[in-house]
Amino acid sequence: MTGWTQKHLLGIEPLSVEEITLILDTAVQMREIMERPIKKVPTLRGRTVVNLFMEASTRTRASFEMAERILSADSLSIQAAGSSVSKGESLLDTVKNLEAMTPDVIVVRHSSAGAANFLARCSNSRIVNAGDGAHEHPTQALLDAFTLRQSKGRIAGLKIAIVGDVLHSRVARSNIHLLTKMGADVTLCAPPTLLPQEFSSLATLSWRIDEAIEGADVVMMLRLQQERMTSAFISTMREYHAQYGLTLARLKRAKSDVVVLHPGPMNRGVEIASEVADSKASLILDQVTNGVAVRMAVLYLLLGGGRE
Amino acid sequence: MKAAASRHAKASRETRVLDGRSLGAAIASMAKAIKADQKEAASISIVGIQSRGVPLAARLAIALGSSTGKKVDVGSLDITLYRDDLSTVGTRPVLKSTNIPFSIDGRTVILVDDVLFTGRTIRAALDELVDFGRPSRIALAVLIDRGHRELPIQADYVGKAVRTHRGDMVDVRLVEIDGKDEVVLVKR
Repeated sequence: MTGWTQKHLLGIEPLSVEEITLILDTAVQMREIMERPIKKVPTLRGRTVVNLFMEASTRTRASFEMAERILSADSLSIQAAGSSVSKGESLLDTVKNLEAMTPDVIVVRHSSAGAANFLARCSNSRIVNAGDGAHEHPTQALLDAFTLRQSKGRIAGLKIAIVGDVLHSRVARSNIHLLTKMGADVTLCAPPTLLPQEFSSLATLSWRIDEAIEGADVVMMLRLQQERMTSAFISTMREYHAQYGLTLARLKRAKSDVVVLHPGPMNRGVEIASEVADSKASLILDQVTNGVAVRMAVLYLLLGGGRE
Repeated sequence: MKAAASRHAKASRETRVLDGRSLGAAIASMAKAIKADQKEAASISIVGIQSRGVPLAARLAIALGSSTGKKVDVGSLDITLYRDDLSTVGTRPVLKSTNIPFSIDGRTVILVDDVLFTGRTIRAALDELVDFGRPSRIALAVLIDRGHRELPIQADYVGKAVRTHRGDMVDVRLVEIDGKDEVVLVKR
């Protein structure tokens, strides 16, 4: 691998194993900066990053902002609420206007699948996809992979159960691509209404959580995305928890050194029991810390090769 | 920054500047000079600049440790994120590890690199090092000083000074990375 050549980061699906590995290796060095007494390097001085968040986000936006600051980039964040989007401006017009202020990178979160790809096609900026509808959320999958490498030392050969609302989850989609590319053995588990068949060539599909987590090295829980549910996918929250919630009793079926991931925000008592979220097996807060390092790596790599 | 090692040196003239034995002697004499300047070896720490400054720092630490009987802290520094030419280089350089697992506050830090040329690497290293703390003194040890400075930076300890033309290459090879110890001057 000689270096990074992509202009954008739109998803995991188009990336090679070498490119994923380069991001993860770079993130290891970025993680070290976060341990220093002065958590700042001058690398992106004079570069401008716009964080355009057209959909609610706390963790991802804060994480990108933190990454930009540690690398000394100038950044500004725009949210749908309170922006001219709420006055009826189209996404393309918003971006064209932002571009007129010559940012180097636009980080975009949008509720429509394909929004990041659309902007990459019709704007001149480098685009980082921070989540587009139910399509992809590449930096989340990268930080999950980083966290697994940190805790297990590898991804290849790991038995990984991804449990929950797979249908609506961009996190699941990006992770399925990343983890299978890197050689993990992935099982997807959800109620039949939330488990699309399109992944059957990449992963094992299961409707039973006990079966899915049997002997697993890793259990990745997904948030039940009630805001995206337009019809009756599940009967009740209580029923969902009884059938698919991760409890300590269920976790005993996995390997004794199992680790649990969740992209947040958690619905405690729905997809995950509090006692699991707060247990030693939980890496949920490590994921948050590592997210900053992974986003630093992405920004560093994308902004290579001089100004255009 | 530092000139990339020339791998297409077939058509150019190579002269060996140091062989394995003289390279070892150069490190030993640098260690001796460092020890003479520093009464209390306990407060010395050594930081090598990636890549070839790192094994050189480890060797200096061993030489200092064996003469003082005290263990010397050794760290590594990757200066890539502090380079002044990052916006002009092609693709992003692959980062190597920075690891300074000790406090440098109030201590003497010996910064170690293989070749001192323009001084820009050292400028970056100084900027990075002071983000880790406030040493009482930072000194610079280099195996080869080849001249042609672009910044007001000089070494405190030099293994060997070599007269070069600006376009020449100085290729430092170390057992730990290259399988053998030698320094070669490639005239172009």
